[in-house]
Amino acid sequence: MVHKPRNSLLTAGVAKYSRSQVYAKRALYKRKPAGIVNAAPAAANKTVEVKGAKNGGSRVIAASKAPRFYAAEDVAVPKKHRKHAGTAKLRSTIVPGTVLILLAGRYRGKRVVFLKQLESGLLLVSGPFKVNGVPLKRVNQAYVIATSTKVDIDASKIDAQLNDAYFARPKATKKAATEEAFFEGEKKKEPLAENKVALQKSTDKVILEAINKVEHLRQYLSAKFSLSKGQAPHALKF
Amino acid sequence: MSRLYAKGRVLGFKRAKRNQRPDISLIQIEGVKTAADTDFYLGKRVAFVYRAKREVNGSKIRCIWGRITRAHGGSGAVKARFRNNLPAKSFGASVRVVWEIDFVYLQAWRYVHKG
Repeated sequence: MVHKPRNSLLTAGVAKYSRSQVYAKRALYKRKPAGIVNAAPAAANKTVEVKGAKNGGSRVIAASKAPRFYAAEDVAVPKKHRKHAGTAKLRSTIVPGTVLILLAGRYRGKRVVFLKQLESGLLLVSGPFKVNGVPLKRVNQAYVIATSTKVDIDASKIDAQLNDAYFARPKATKKAATEEAFFEGEKKKEPLAENKVALQKSTDKVILEAINKVEHLRQYLSAKFSLSKGQAPHALKF
Repeated sequence: MSRLYAKGRVLGFKRAKRNQRPDISLIQIEGVKTAADTDFYLGKRVAFVYRAKREVNGSKIRCIWGRITRAHGGSGAVKARFRNNLPAKSFGASVRVVWEIDFVYLQAWRYVHKG
């Protein structure tokens, strides 16, 4: 349970409450603050027997080796970051099933169905592929217009496999650095993995069922959004 | 085709009666009639697209990018700063105000960072 700050700044470097006052406010006199949990005990130095009459019998090997290289000048070490950016807050107008208009990227102008927000904050979105050629894809909230049109889908039906790790790029193999590959030219793009195609189809099946129930919705999704004469973006309502 | 930009016209450079400052151009955006309406466009990227005789990187079409910085006057004109100043030849020419960022999201962002 996070409490609101017990201290505040009167001005830069001058706190309102002193150290002992904050101690009293936090009621530390009746609490023991959680101590630092000690990490695994540091490995001890090893002593190794050495053969040979004149070699002194044993050698002490330090647990951590001294570095082979020291910088000529002292390099400033950046301070540690303790703050973490939270997950982007999802706009209240974006709800599973909302039709979104993509504003940037390869599929700009396309109308697309929102499925769910991933842990990274990106939105998981699908055309559906059959309707407008947009596959399962991640999209940033900022580059998207949320329309008031909604498709009736159940957020819990979306496969749990679909998360950020699913979209991670496969690591390029080191073989590409060889000379033959260089002369060969760019590698041909590999076709999408079988399981990914199957997942696309199964996810889209659920969405398409909901889309086909509403008149004109399929045509709406297959049409691209475009500004026409007399339409000014600031005056449009979605 | 899919037009995702607002059309605008280059009115000229920022200027007083006898002196002009070419680093800032004045743009008139179609459909924007009041200074209050320009709020949507502030910060948006603008592209001045033009043709040239010599091909560069496989295309004869070139582009100067910029951003809309603030309103100009009370009737919807707007000031923009480009990466490189616009050539005076561009006065009266069209300019594209690209719509890449969602306004509602940007408003929320601005509200949070108002400080």
